[in-house]
Amino acid sequence: MTLNSIPLSRLAGQATGIEASSVTPSPVAFDVRDLNIWFGSHQVLFDVALQVPARAVTAIIGPSGCGKSTLLRSLNRMHDLVPSARMEGRITLFGEDLYSKKIDPTLVRRRIGMVFQKSNPFPTMSIAENVTVGLRLNGLRKSDLLQERLETSLRMAALWDEVKDRLNAPAISLSGGQQQRLCIARALAVQPEVLLMDEPASALDPIATAHIEDLILDLKKEFTIVIVTHNMQQAARISEHTAFFYLGKLVEFDTTTKIFTTPAQKQTEDYVTGRFG
Amino acid sequence: MQVSKHHHHWRKLKSGCVSIVCFACALAVIAPLGLVLFHLVRLGAGSVDWHFFTALPKPVGEVGGGMANAIVGTLTLLGLAALLGVPVGVLGGIYLSEYGSRRFNWLVRFMADILNGTPSIVWGVVVYALLVIPMKGFSVYAGAVALGFMMIPLILRTTEEMLTLVPNSYREAAYALGIARWKIILHIVVKIASKGIVTGVLLALARVAGETAPLLFTAFGNRFWNHDLKEPIAALPLQIFTYAISPYEDWHRQAWAGALVLILMVLALNIGVRFLTRGKFSARG
Repeated sequence: MTLNSIPLSRLAGQATGIEASSVTPSPVAFDVRDLNIWFGSHQVLFDVALQVPARAVTAIIGPSGCGKSTLLRSLNRMHDLVPSARMEGRITLFGEDLYSKKIDPTLVRRRIGMVFQKSNPFPTMSIAENVTVGLRLNGLRKSDLLQERLETSLRMAALWDEVKDRLNAPAISLSGGQQQRLCIARALAVQPEVLLMDEPASALDPIATAHIEDLILDLKKEFTIVIVTHNMQQAARISEHTAFFYLGKLVEFDTTTKIFTTPAQKQTEDYVTGRFG
Repeated sequence: MQVSKHHHHWRKLKSGCVSIVCFACALAVIAPLGLVLFHLVRLGAGSVDWHFFTALPKPVGEVGGGMANAIVGTLTLLGLAALLGVPVGVLGGIYLSEYGSRRFNWLVRFMADILNGTPSIVWGVVVYALLVIPMKGFSVYAGAVALGFMMIPLILRTTEEMLTLVPNSYREAAYALGIARWKIILHIVVKIASKGIVTGVLLALARVAGETAPLLFTAFGNRFWNHDLKEPIAALPLQIFTYAISPYEDWHRQAWAGALVLILMVLALNIGVRFLTRGKFSARG
């Protein structure tokens, strides 16, 4: 998708969003300090410091292998699951230390939803079961409450109208774009505070991508969203703040307008103008 | 142009030859099964009647009788063996795939592979020493334990493989929902792999259903109804063995019938449970 194909209204909406956020700075959701991450002896992130504002979209851009996904996965302690991973530094969410010894990583992940690059609805479950699985397996049994959350989540993910008549159909009968929105609904159903998205639209066609982007613009009214993307136009369209990573280092972090128009670093400018990467 | 056309024909000819050879080999794979079934039906079908399923064996010298006790005996042995083999095999497979350290898992896998290759007569002898001698007699228990031991490594390995085939992205999706690990494994990963696991269990059952050697020193066989698990019990393979090596024409006839029934039981087991486990949404056929 090129910049020309974006409806003007969306660009305009995004621009006003930035002005608003620069006038009244929103509270900080994630506060990342001196983050270093290794896989075995290979260091992938170097001294990253970053403050992710609440109720806004923060985009993370950079060439492949620059540590974007690793950063995202450190935010909800998913990278703990890799046996060779080692981490130093401090990450807080609304002031609470996510890596404190007293905190159960499972509870951290419950507060922080995640959407992956490839849609991954559970193949053995129906559409409805996929949405409510997080609630059910966390012990919620009341069927009226489940029903309510099912509808709310699917509505928030802009999927309700398309699937309301076949909630018991297999999830894998949906199209690729619908499956990805189903995964978003599944993440929203457990009512997280934050939504992490790892290239959520990179496997989708332009129309499905536009759906997801509209959805993100809607969701940021209630959620803090951190999105990793390879698509710079996408970052420009949907985010208020952008972080540019290169070779495991945070090169620049600023408002999206600044990053894409007057970046402070030469590397950032080269990357966003397509001169490398 | 001429050269390339010639080349084209030559390539087509080679491709055709290879296809034919492959097809012939594929046929050769199913040929033994066809041969066995054909032979068994020809020699045994005539003797498979109502009596065969309902009557006890007649005393030596009398014509007629059936294998009712052996059929029930085989089912009893299989049921008890599954009680031992399925939980240990499946849970062990889950451990290998989802938990465990690399070194320990390697050791378990290696042992399981050795056990899978252990001649079945060895199981019979081992269980004889471990159970039959201390219990002072052949028994259903001993037979079931011998068959159950054989099932464990088979089920362990297939379960592990089926679980390893489940893409990690499903585990990650579940972790990201803040679900506890054991629930993820039980309700999501095992469920996705359930068809493969059931197939593995079936294959193991089918494999041990026809085993004779481990039963020779354990279940031993008899010619009556047995309702006591501490007593010897008849089994189809044992009965077939006894009848086939006997000098009586009538027993030979019944041995063929027994073999046919045994193979049909195994087939029915496979087809039946495959049909039952045709999961609602399973992706793989």
